[in-house]
Amino acid sequence: MTISKKESINFIPLKTRVRGYIKHPLSLVLLLLVIGAAVIVVGLVAILIGHLLIKGVPHIKPELFEWKYTTTNLSMMPAIINTLIITLLSLVIAVPIGIFSAIYLVEYAKKGSKLVAIIRITTETLSGIPSIVFGLFGLIVFTTMIFKGYSIIGGALTLSIMVLPIIIRTTEEALMSVPDLFREGSFGLGAGKLRTIVRIVLPYAVPGILAGVILSIGRMVGETAALIFTAGTIAGVPTSVNRFGHTVLDVTGSGRTLALHLFELVQNPQTPTDRYFNAAYATAVVLLVLVVGINALSSFIARRLISKV
Amino acid sequence: MSIRARYERDLNDVFDNLMVMCRHIETAIEMCMKALVERDYELAEQVFDEEKTIDKLERKIEGDCLRLLMMETPVASDFREVSAALKMITDLERIGDQARDIAEITLQFRNSEEVYIKELVHIPQMGAIVIQMIKDSVQAYINKDLELARYLDRADDKVDELFVIVMNDLTELIKKNPDIAEQAIKLMMINKYLERIGDHAVNIGEWVEYAITGEHGKSKRG
Amino acid sequence: MITNKIDIRNVNLFYGDFQALKDVSIPIAEKEVTAFIGPSGCGKTTLLKSLNRMNDLIADCRIKGEMLLDGENIYGNMNVDILRKRVGMVFQKPNPFPMSIYDNIAYGPRTHGIRSKSALDEIVEMSLKNAAIWNESKDRLKKSALGMSGGQQQRLCIARALSVSPEVILMDEPTSALDPISTGKIEELIFELKENYTVVIVTHNMQQATRISDKTAFFLLGEMIEFDTTVNIFNKPKFKKTEEYITGRFG
Repeated sequence: MTISKKESINFIPLKTRVRGYIKHPLSLVLLLLVIGAAVIVVGLVAILIGHLLIKGVPHIKPELFEWKYTTTNLSMMPAIINTLIITLLSLVIAVPIGIFSAIYLVEYAKKGSKLVAIIRITTETLSGIPSIVFGLFGLIVFTTMIFKGYSIIGGALTLSIMVLPIIIRTTEEALMSVPDLFREGSFGLGAGKLRTIVRIVLPYAVPGILAGVILSIGRMVGETAALIFTAGTIAGVPTSVNRFGHTVLDVTGSGRTLALHLFELVQNPQTPTDRYFNAAYATAVVLLVLVVGINALSSFIARRLISKV
Repeated sequence: MSIRARYERDLNDVFDNLMVMCRHIETAIEMCMKALVERDYELAEQVFDEEKTIDKLERKIEGDCLRLLMMETPVASDFREVSAALKMITDLERIGDQARDIAEITLQFRNSEEVYIKELVHIPQMGAIVIQMIKDSVQAYINKDLELARYLDRADDKVDELFVIVMNDLTELIKKNPDIAEQAIKLMMINKYLERIGDHAVNIGEWVEYAITGEHGKSKRG
Repeated sequence: MITNKIDIRNVNLFYGDFQALKDVSIPIAEKEVTAFIGPSGCGKTTLLKSLNRMNDLIADCRIKGEMLLDGENIYGNMNVDILRKRVGMVFQKPNPFPMSIYDNIAYGPRTHGIRSKSALDEIVEMSLKNAAIWNESKDRLKKSALGMSGGQQQRLCIARALSVSPEVILMDEPTSALDPISTGKIEELIFELKENYTVVIVTHNMQQATRISDKTAFFLLGEMIEFDTTVNIFNKPKFKKTEEYITGRFG
């Protein structure tokens, strides 16, 4: 047997609710405000995505995915490959450094030490710096001083520095959210610090750490300003010929990512035609799908890891 | 004020009821002594009512103590106080029974015109002593007076002495004139009841000692 | 002569400037349950944790005096990990690791180098049986330990402590977060553990101390006021402070 809504003694008829709002008009105003805000947010997102899809989807054509970019096909395939390479490279560099720093800060550094406080402030400041500043830094250090020119590796290093604070902060938070009870339990069984961190603390913190990584991926995939002076804007996958005569990927060469590709299409001063705009919209749709796809994959991995626990 | 205010209030109720019970017992013994000596049979009958009141008080105190043990789970001196009270009231109730038994024997003299075979001197003396002992034992409990509790043993020696005197007197009388044996036995029983009352008072004293020291009086003296 | 499993001698313990233990000496007998009682902040948990050096984790903790395990100095050359294997601990809140029941129990033995599957299987079964939770867990060994009830989790934690075959088990208010039935089961278990282990338990529950312990130590403001058999402490404590505390007139 169930109770219908009207039968239930906690049912409040509309009349009563209206009377309540008449008595307290401010609460009605607040209600309308919060509903309004929610509608605006959902509406904006819907309009944005809708606009993108309508303008972009009709222009997704096979030639946009040809291996080589030409001014006739305006292919984004090299840009997709570059995006994946740069993202992967940055993660390989930033994730270990970020996680190890966070482990040091949370598990090893003395609680309340000056050094920890300084590192915290530094990372927080870093995460607030606009990405163009990282771009300029990369221009001077990687482009000018180290690699003598635009390079994928220079871009990846710049992005690594940019997302390091995010990874450190989120990992720190994830580690701090591991109850001390677990650590005590492990120590109490005679396990050492390393074993406790590797076997107990890290597995528990993985979902949190992963959230930070996802956030970083999102920023990297969408980044343009930090890459324009570091990875450069060449619309191809950089390659070179090795000593065996094979053509191989060359990370010291320049190459643009999807976001940069989009930027260049719209920005291209010589040919601001509809053709370019259409390709840009199509690229935007692919970028959107890529970001959504990465997020879905990451949360799938996170869920798998959690359910294993 | 103590943070165990409710507990202490309940315990004070137990103390109050104990004193009331004690007074009823004193009255009962006084009444049955007077009834015996003065052959006042109506007074003897009143002892039965007293005994009923004493029983009622015993059950009341018993209930209060058990409730305290269950609800407050006292420990240490609190526990000893409550458990001592529980044991004491059993002795007090027995004393009440014995007062009634004496009154019953007294009533058996009602329909006979026979005179007492001896003058009743020692028996009322014993009565007076045991009344004082009961008073002292309960007082010792309430005032946590270890000296007074331990003194009961010596008071009981006096009762025992009188018991022997009365017993010897009665034996002599029976030897002289076996016809009075029936009355002598009745008096002997009263004599024995009073002696037992003294023992109960000593028991109470031992529980008082336990309540104060944690050692039962008897176990220490062996 | 009864040998003491643990000997606490003239221990003074400071957290920074705060003296948490003042010249505490307690002999803890083998295969007995010793209870530490006293108001919050009296130092009983501090002492308990210093018995397997869990206080090492706290900065600014300084200790003077002697603590001996089988005559051997706990704070001497003894390896801390080995000490904690010999002196296990059960915490106030059940803290099973977020892994399967099996892995929870196997964690300790694996830490100490046992790798063989059959050996681990055996340890898991024995530990769970000794903690009286085998029947409830044998069909779900691969399931997460976090799916168990609070009482089961705590017994699992006891099983986990048993898995490294300790000699002493320290318990820090092990039932304070549990319902009466779970508490009853754990008390029953502690009573059985006494056969093979030395148990030291901190408890706020007086009735629990009287039910399960053989000896009781009463602490107040860092001092050990009275140590005696539990029967004596709860029947006729020698010191007024003990009496006031256990009868609830402290404060």
